[in-house]
Amino acid sequence: MKGSIALHWRRIPERYRLEGTHCETCDSYYFPARRICRKCRRKGRIVPYKFSGKGRIYSLTEIHSAPEGLEDQIPYVLAVVELEEGARCTAQIVDVRKKDIKIGDGVEMVFRVVQREDPEGLISYGFKFRKLH
Amino acid sequence: MAGIIGYGAYVPKYRIKTEEIAEVWGEDAERIKSGLGINEKSVPAIDEDSATMAVVAAKIALKRAEIDPKKIGALYVGSESHPYAVKPTATIVAEAIDAVPDLTAADLEFACKAGTAGIQICMGLVGSSMVEYGMAIGSDTAQGRPADALEYSAAAGAGAYLIGKDEESLAIIEDTCSFTTDTPDFWRRPKADFPSHGGRFTGEPAYFRHVRSAADALLKKLNRTIEDYDYFVFHQPNAKFPKTLAKRMGIPQEKITDGLVVPYIGNAYSAAVPLGLANVLDKAKEGERIFISSFGSGAGSDAFSLKVTENIRKRENAENLSYFIDNKEYVSYAVYAKYRRKLKGL
Ligand SMILES: [Zn+2]
Repeated sequence: MKGSIALHWRRIPERYRLEGTHCETCDSYYFPARRICRKCRRKGRIVPYKFSGKGRIYSLTEIHSAPEGLEDQIPYVLAVVELEEGARCTAQIVDVRKKDIKIGDGVEMVFRVVQREDPEGLISYGFKFRKLH
Repeated sequence: MAGIIGYGAYVPKYRIKTEEIAEVWGEDAERIKSGLGINEKSVPAIDEDSATMAVVAAKIALKRAEIDPKKIGALYVGSESHPYAVKPTATIVAEAIDAVPDLTAADLEFACKAGTAGIQICMGLVGSSMVEYGMAIGSDTAQGRPADALEYSAAAGAGAYLIGKDEESLAIIEDTCSFTTDTPDFWRRPKADFPSHGGRFTGEPAYFRHVRSAADALLKKLNRTIEDYDYFVFHQPNAKFPKTLAKRMGIPQEKITDGLVVPYIGNAYSAAVPLGLANVLDKAKEGERIFISSFGSGAGSDAFSLKVTENIRKRENAENLSYFIDNKEYVSYAVYAKYRRKLKGL
């Protein structure tokens, strides 16, 4: 974290508010943001877009051996979420175990702590998802 | 004057039962339950803190009020468990709800009453037309020293109040007044992991004197009596204190029941009165009057008189508090200890 304060700061709109981009030419949505449309290339008209935060589980797994800094959060569910606008992102699903959730379930974005391992470092916050009832 | 144009309340999903804690320390659970009136308390997930819970509550308040977050001109987060010692929680919340950058923001700290202090500041700013809308949040992940009496009550939750002009209010704040003295009933020094408290001293000279004095002063100022109000919400470090206070003031117990959430979630500190008030607003009808009186150790109390308007129908726009109270999962003391250690960085 210490070496990447600028990167951490630049990603706040994306991580706190699900800000990506939208191509007005072909109606494609990008998350994370892309500056050039994958379909229209230079002809695409790309504008910033804030995703609604609603989506569905596309695939999921339960993590029992976590990367450095996330050891205390195991076990946790990691999923590919298909946002309702069409883009996909990978994120944790909070407050559930794998047995509680399945592919196709509706989810909604929540704001949680992503990492706070270093007691003298920055706390990293960002999007995760919770299952909708 | 000003009023509440939106409110949001949040309690984490996890709970620990009084029996589970009592078992670990060899205490008599029934004695503690009847003494404190707390059956279980909320426990934040390992990736929740006062900032993340404040964001949930703030988003619900915005959903109810149906306003553009960019119109919020002031945002205050009251807590005794801010995630950073230096770096505001309020900027994290403002960024997450997209109220940035044209607003003023700050963190407040006054033990359990920092949330209501924020409401008073927003009332002043809205009343003087310095801002169109102000957001006051009380959010805490409270900690009790293991085996201390506080361990049975110290809980987590957040309540957010969007303050705006009278006309838009779902509840008009008719008036407010406070009672404040230097009373050393509860404290925590920098770098100390857990608070210290004055035991029995937290009762008469602290809680009862301050809450009663602020309440009496406001009733006198408005020339009203207990009969003029349909609900009373008092700070609730346990269920015993507000019940005793109600008895002394001649308030029928049924008028405090809806505002008393401590038996199900514990004492959520800065969020305690904001959550109790939310539970009342979830049920109140147009024309009804609500009286609230918070308490913060150290010590002070803020009393408010509210009148519910026809805009209360806007509460249907979002989840009410019982949604979060009912959606729960019990954890063992071992899991609870793991979460708590992380929160305090022990
Ligand atoms: Zn395109």
